[in-house]
Amino acid sequence: MTKRTIIPIGPYHALQEEPEFFKLHVEGEKVVGLEIELGYNHRGIEKLSESKHYDQTIFLVERICGICSTSHPIACVQAIEDAGDIEVPERALYIRSLIGELERIHSHMLWLGLAGHFLGFNTIWMWAWRYREDVLDVFELITGNRNHYAMMKAGGVRRDIKSEDIPAIKKMIGNLVKPLTLFKNAVVDDPVIHARTKGVGTLTAQQIIDYAALGPTARASGVLIDVRRDHPHAAYGLVDWDVIVAQNGDVFDKAVVRILEMFESLKIIDQCLEKLKTVTGPIDSNPREIKPGEGVGHYEAPRGEVFHYIRSDGTNRPARHKVRAPSFMNIVTDREAVIGQTVSDATIILAAVDPCYCCTERMAAIDVNSGKKTFTSADMIRLSQAKTEQVKKQLGAPGPQIKLL
Amino acid sequence: MSFAVNALTRSLNVFHLAGSACNNCDIEILATLTPKYDLERFGLVLVGSIRHADLILLSGIFNKKSAIRVKEVYEQAPKPVVVVAIGGCACSGGMFRDSYNWDQPVNKYIPIDAYLPGCPPKPEAMISAVVKLITKLRGKKL
Repeated sequence: MTKRTIIPIGPYHALQEEPEFFKLHVEGEKVVGLEIELGYNHRGIEKLSESKHYDQTIFLVERICGICSTSHPIACVQAIEDAGDIEVPERALYIRSLIGELERIHSHMLWLGLAGHFLGFNTIWMWAWRYREDVLDVFELITGNRNHYAMMKAGGVRRDIKSEDIPAIKKMIGNLVKPLTLFKNAVVDDPVIHARTKGVGTLTAQQIIDYAALGPTARASGVLIDVRRDHPHAAYGLVDWDVIVAQNGDVFDKAVVRILEMFESLKIIDQCLEKLKTVTGPIDSNPREIKPGEGVGHYEAPRGEVFHYIRSDGTNRPARHKVRAPSFMNIVTDREAVIGQTVSDATIILAAVDPCYCCTERMAAIDVNSGKKTFTSADMIRLSQAKTEQVKKQLGAPGPQIKLL
Repeated sequence: MSFAVNALTRSLNVFHLAGSACNNCDIEILATLTPKYDLERFGLVLVGSIRHADLILLSGIFNKKSAIRVKEVYEQAPKPVVVVAIGGCACSGGMFRDSYNWDQPVNKYIPIDAYLPGCPPKPEAMISAVVKLITKLRGKKL
């Protein structure tokens, strides 16, 4: 029998944007186990949110994640609007969808670049990031910022899109079609990419349902789930678009789903811009107070469904704010996907779910007996491990396999 | 100009150390290196190991779990090494200052050579910071 070895990846590793820790158990070339350790990115956002008023909360949730930095605000404002029964003007809905879809393009391109980098195609990396800059230029034109757009507001949006800007935006969006087609052809036709990604890290539809995975990870395995279609919000019920699904659930299909989704996003953006020409009116209903109550908000972020829950007690601050980010559900599928594969494929499989740890890490530890908070470093590590165990238990995943050694 | 300073400022090997960041400074760092801004043409390259680093870019706050790792990683870097705090979070804690999981200002345990505030700082700001840093290291006036 081959000797079992542990390969630690992280927490500070060249392959990773963010700190996270994987322990890869290998026998020869074959991966037989995976441990995921989180907690390096926990910032206590839910608790901080209770100390900020509703307008500040949106800026806070924007900084949950720099890549989905409009998905969290959209979900959050929808939760606030749901709690306070606030009407949103139609024009604001179109602007919300437009910003959300632009973000999807930039996020998927970013992923595509990184995936290319992990596979050793630095050309794809550089080209994808070069054309991503064009999307950021559109953002800069509309919102004034390259990242962290600060567009959302309970009751509407903060900035209007001027009608004289629309032709320029349309032109910039139109310019994206060519490079996107280039990427599509590069991935779909390239035999090397086929060899590296087809049949690698496959997740079946049943596994997706068992782990409650979301977003492109789920859609690549043939699970038709998209909260934009299932619970129409913003302008998604008012425009015409399709949910992209693939059947095989391997890394290749995940890439294809993301690439085709970018074309759908372009479609939505085009329709939103057309509508903005005719739909006039206010962009903000200027709510004065939030009634006591509860509200939930969903948004289909580039990685899957973002869920926000707000409980209001009638003051200007949320009494409770709960966030669930899609990577939280998606990264646990890593174990299922990576076991049985070779070490060299492990990186792309771990990257294929487009993990976003800054979204995922939420944990509060309170010592109930003494009533005081225990936050020594050792405790954090212990709690983080306990949490990982808990997640596994909740999801019904076999726990013992984790402690292989 | 000493040999060390000359060697250090010719072609900086960059190691990017993200604490508990929101990722945005990290992607802006990468954007600075990729074709549109292309800082790589001046010899700035990302390296995979801290042991090759001349320049460490810190981003994000450092929470109680990551702070001890960051200290450890910093100690492994060959000296002299230049450290730049990128973004409001790394500079001062930003909006996460009040968080229960915020450890302490990063300059309490790592000597910082330059602060680059912004949320996130634009690639142009990063390029300007690198230029200023090199000028300073070479002992010239800014």
